[in-house]
Amino acid sequence: MSNQDYYVPHGTYWPIIGSIGISTLFVGFANLLHDVSWGGPVMGLGGTIVVFMLFGWLGTVVNESVGGIYNKQVDRSFRWGMSWFIFSEVMFFAAFFGALFYARVLSVPWLGGAGNNLFTPELWEGFKAAWPLVSTPGAIGQNGTEFSVGFELVDAWGLPALNTALLLSSGVTITYAHHALRNGHRNALIAWMVATIALGVLFLGFQITEYGHAYHEGLRLTSGVYGSTFYLLTGFHGFHVTVGAIMLTVILYRIQKGHFSSENHFAFEGVAWYWHFVDVVWLGLFIFVYWL
Amino acid sequence: MKKLLPLTGILTALLSSKSALAEYGLNMTQGVTSTSQDIYDLHMLIFWVCVAIGVVVFGAIFYSIIAFRKSQGAKAAHFHESTTVEFIWTGIPILILIAMAIPASKVLIDIETLEKADLTVKVTGHQWKWQYEYPEQGIGYISNLAQTSKDAIGSDKKPENYLLEVDNPLVLPVDTKIRFLITSSDVIHNWWVPELAVKQDGNPGFINDSWTEIAEEGVYRGQCAELCGKDHGFMPIVVEAVSKDAFAAWIADQKAEEEAAAASATIVWSEEELMASGENIYNASCSGCHQKDGSGMPGVFPAMSGSSITNGPAADHLSIVINGKGGMPAFKMLGDSDLASVITYERKAFGNNGSVVQPSDVTSAR
Amino acid sequence: MNTAAHDDHHGPEKGLLRWIKATNHKDIGTLYLWFAFAMLIVGGALAMGIRAELLHPGLQLMNPHFFNQLTTMHGLIMVFGAIMPAMVGLANWLIPTMVGAPDMALPRLNNWSFWVLPFAALILVSTFFMEGGAPAFGWTFYAPLSTAFAPDSTDFFIFAVHLLGFSSIMGAINIIATVLNMRAPEMRLMDMPLFVWTWLITSFLLIGAMPVLAGVVTMMLTDRNFGTAFFDATGGGDPVMFQHIFWFFGHPEVYIMILPAFGIISHILPTFSRKPLFGYSSMVYATASIAFLSYIVWAHHMYATGMPVAAELYFMYATMLIAVPTGVKVFNWVATMWKGSLTFEAPMLWALSFLFLFTIGGFSGLMLGIAPADIQYHDTYFVVAHFHYVLVTGSLWAIIAATLYWLPKWVGKMYNEKLAKIHFWWAMISVNVLFFPQHFLGLAGMPRRIPDYALQFSDFNWISSIGAFAFGLSFILFAYIVVDCIRNGSPTNSERPWYSAKGLEWTLSSPIPYHSFNTPPSRAQILEESQHS
Ligand code: HEA
Ligand code: HEA
Ligand code: HEC
Ligand code: CUA
Ligand SMILES: [Cu+2]
Repeated sequence: MSNQDYYVPHGTYWPIIGSIGISTLFVGFANLLHDVSWGGPVMGLGGTIVVFMLFGWLGTVVNESVGGIYNKQVDRSFRWGMSWFIFSEVMFFAAFFGALFYARVLSVPWLGGAGNNLFTPELWEGFKAAWPLVSTPGAIGQNGTEFSVGFELVDAWGLPALNTALLLSSGVTITYAHHALRNGHRNALIAWMVATIALGVLFLGFQITEYGHAYHEGLRLTSGVYGSTFYLLTGFHGFHVTVGAIMLTVILYRIQKGHFSSENHFAFEGVAWYWHFVDVVWLGLFIFVYWL
Repeated sequence: MKKLLPLTGILTALLSSKSALAEYGLNMTQGVTSTSQDIYDLHMLIFWVCVAIGVVVFGAIFYSIIAFRKSQGAKAAHFHESTTVEFIWTGIPILILIAMAIPASKVLIDIETLEKADLTVKVTGHQWKWQYEYPEQGIGYISNLAQTSKDAIGSDKKPENYLLEVDNPLVLPVDTKIRFLITSSDVIHNWWVPELAVKQDGNPGFINDSWTEIAEEGVYRGQCAELCGKDHGFMPIVVEAVSKDAFAAWIADQKAEEEAAAASATIVWSEEELMASGENIYNASCSGCHQKDGSGMPGVFPAMSGSSITNGPAADHLSIVINGKGGMPAFKMLGDSDLASVITYERKAFGNNGSVVQPSDVTSAR
Repeated sequence: MNTAAHDDHHGPEKGLLRWIKATNHKDIGTLYLWFAFAMLIVGGALAMGIRAELLHPGLQLMNPHFFNQLTTMHGLIMVFGAIMPAMVGLANWLIPTMVGAPDMALPRLNNWSFWVLPFAALILVSTFFMEGGAPAFGWTFYAPLSTAFAPDSTDFFIFAVHLLGFSSIMGAINIIATVLNMRAPEMRLMDMPLFVWTWLITSFLLIGAMPVLAGVVTMMLTDRNFGTAFFDATGGGDPVMFQHIFWFFGHPEVYIMILPAFGIISHILPTFSRKPLFGYSSMVYATASIAFLSYIVWAHHMYATGMPVAAELYFMYATMLIAVPTGVKVFNWVATMWKGSLTFEAPMLWALSFLFLFTIGGFSGLMLGIAPADIQYHDTYFVVAHFHYVLVTGSLWAIIAATLYWLPKWVGKMYNEKLAKIHFWWAMISVNVLFFPQHFLGLAGMPRRIPDYALQFSDFNWISSIGAFAFGLSFILFAYIVVDCIRNGSPTNSERPWYSAKGLEWTLSSPIPYHSFNTPPSRAQILEESQHS
């Protein structure tokens, strides 16, 4: 490993490919939303380019890392980068948690006439403010959505509680994996990694089952603000678990290729941080979305 | 400083080049309510505080520019810190701010509290007109931008009160505590009359309240103050403040008119009558979006000419106008005969050939 | 330990590829700056459209729907296309040279941060040509005007905002990593020059605020297309909730645009006063306080929404507090000049003018912050005047000042001082003709975002429009001055074109070498060049 110079890479094509990919993806998506026939395929194309770019770019970085070009300082740059990236993700979730709290603590009671909204109930005959909001003030939304009301709530102490246990234990297993990595116990490392991934996948499986139940009981994206916050929060979380699980799998693959040493394994740690972050978000979800 | 001379020259030239006689306000109105007066006083207070601070700060800058010029042989000192000074100029602004916050809080709390109202008026914003209702008196109507202003938008001749005139002003009694209930049926609007110092968002689905007590009779004009789409600039507010007696008389008149309108909805109208009244209503209420010639605005507002709804079954047409849909506002607040005439007009004008709709059809469609 | 390693050492590639594949902080900085300038012209052209329509009462040039598109896109393009990228461009050029680093910490990511911008801009501008036109709901895109009542192009706008946000977040991460990790080993945090400090703090604002913007546009997307009801009362949501989330981003956003400007001014004033910056550490603390406060004052944009009175009181007090640290900065700048030895080269003129005009904008901001008074100011041209004083004669002024101040260092050539002075006075006068009357318009009751107005507003609108055209033309001269300097400027006769300038960037040769610092500066050198010595 180089401990002399800061590595300043030469020109690279990956970012521009990434930009083209992500823009293609978005343009395709926007067209898909407006029923343009080529929207879907173009979106798919964009997605493919992005995946291609990710593999190419990260592949380059992996090669450089394995090639020993990076030094401690580069490693630290990556660490700063990853931690602040995770912080930005935290803020992204904060927006949705904010929406949840706002709806729950403020807008729904206000619609029922709380605070200085004494007169508001005049607009909504028969509406009773309550959380979870199983009946919406109006039947049809401003953009024509027919709200799916009268749904059954998901019981926090069923699958969600189980999922909490699964995800929390996956946080433990990945920590064991890290210890194994640091102590050079390769087989234990692999075993703990497999366990972590398995727990993540299991979590996702249960989450999908639970979505199926909820959907069947009438809880939809269109179930007013309760359904909106429920699905966007859990949905984005599920998406992050999926990404995390994929990254873990890549790391597992790299472990088998022998990319990491007991000192030098930033990629592993970055993904582990990410996994913990996903974990903590879930805890928030469990408490505020399912339980309370 | 010589450079400032041409500047003043240019400024005076600019000022005198246009009609020098036109009245232009430079400052906030003092208004005709105690709150508007309070706000004006507060505004002047904070303004003068800022001027005073400005004099000190800008004075110091100017002094430095003049006194410490290198060209005048100024030698640079080397100090770059002084905890005392920095402490002082952190502390003094805090004191100034506290001095400002006290009266500001008083005025704010005053504006936000109303124990008991003598009259309640419900104000609903629609794209792009205001609806006024007097729930206790049981009357209500729509207030649109006056036709005289609409006609003048593209021409050089502008009427007096251009864009600040409406067909039906809001009539209010003086010396009465009036509570406004402000809301909206579509997007956010904001009901603002500077002389009353009332500016409150109308949020769709929520009712905000606000109050006023007008001290002087007169006509007060305002505008919608929240971007609400295409004709945001064309939904003015006119308040006519009248004596309590005149107000009572006006209420009685208004009631009689509404009764007459209700009676007219039970008879059968001729197509000509419907078309004539329909054209007026169309121009007042619908042309803002669907355009005077029914051509609409592609991608935003559908055309009325050749539309499958205006040429199709009357039931669909009735339903979309009465209940609205997406960007199309609901017009259930219009009377039956008004709705019948505007719908008939849409179905017959612009080269359409839909059927005639009678007020009784509207009654049964509701 | 801090030098740059390479597979080979023969400088940049040739031609277009150099820019597309760029990983060098100076190349990327250049890209950012030219991109920002192009966007300034586009956004400015839209502003010219606005002012042309407002020249006289009546509708002469366009329909109201198109006018709203102009206003919206003008705001968006100026904020996200001109000011922010220009500041990032300056950061790219300057931060590595100011902290003694060879380059940015994550050069490839740096490239990506830039190269998503042109695509985002393309998507944004293309909405003008879609059916129903471009977004027409203001740069603040309040729901439900932007959800249930907006044209189809809104979804493209949403994705453009996602891309812009992505770019800013990645840019900010890079700057944090650079400042915290690439700093010369001998440089302590409190040795860092103020431009670096202000950008470090700005990066935290970006990372905290931009994801929230991404969140709120995502909610818009689902409200528009997937039947959610975040901002729809019929489903239990609230359009005012949109405003809370938006302004939680939006208010820090305005400080994102001004803090780096504060940094720039803190370099220029000492240089031309030949005196060290007054109150270095209180400048740092003031910047941090402003950043902190900026997260807790957002609802001062929402006094008219019908918030409970307790909330209004709280937001009023918190807003007023911002005057304190900002005042500290202003006073420190004045004290920097005090007993100095002042000369008035163009960068200094711009900095002085910033000091005046930004302060005026700050005063009107303070007035807006007083909740009961804001009842009369809100959504009038008084607000428009306020934010153009802080944005145009604040942020933009600082960007122009910085360009003139560091350009000679970057290219090793001097601009034409005489032309620069003419340009300054031209812009300085016309910008006041443009924006000062807008205070009067607002106080007299003219709402913002209207394409046509009542007759009593005619005169001041006319003056303002004339000022706008004059100010717009001044940018042609500015472009000429910059291009002329790059092409034909006379070589600077020393490493320090401004003899009195301090800072590590001036110790490099002119023009700056490809890899800024191959060996980190020594402690002595750092102290020698620091702002508090
Ligand atoms: C660079 C951008 C920038 C900056 C720096 C500021 C600075 C400030 N702004 Fe401004 N603002 C905007 C950009 C900015 N603003 C924009 C874009 C909008 C409109 C958004 C939209 O709706 O489209 C807006 C709108 C806006 C509003 C909402 C108005 C409305 O819509 O009704 C308010 C209200 O409080 C406000 C307040 C302030 C305050 C208190 C400051 C303070 O930071 C100012 C502090 C500075 C000083 C006070 C001067 C110097 C200090 C001294 C000399 C010390 C002594 C002074 C005293 C003790 C008074 N701003
Ligand atoms: C961030 C920075 C920024 C900058 C730099 C500017 C610069 C300018 N702004 Fe802008 N403005 C905003 C941010 C900014 N603005 C925002 C956020 C809004 C709110 C939007 C909303 O309500 O949603 C706004 C709104 C706004 C309005 C209110 C619109 C309305 O409410 O309807 C007006 C009206 O006068 C205006 C004017 C101008 C002008 C004349 C300039 C000039 O300074 C521009 C000068 C630059 C050029 C002109 C370009 C270069 C010149 C040339 C290429 C020369 C040739 C051109 C000609 C002479 C035609 N702006
Ligand atoms: C605020 C703007 C606005 C106003 C004012 C308005 N409309 Fe509309 N109108 C719309 C929009 C938007 C639609 C499209 C609704 C949809 O399909 O989602 C529409 C659709 C319609 C349609 C259906 C046309 C079709 O082909 O689908 C009819 C009929 C109609 N409006 C009649 C009227 C009448 C009558 C009035 C006045 C009394 C009126 N509109 C006023 C915006 C408006
Ligand atoms: Cu209604 Cu603006
Ligand atoms: Cu703000």
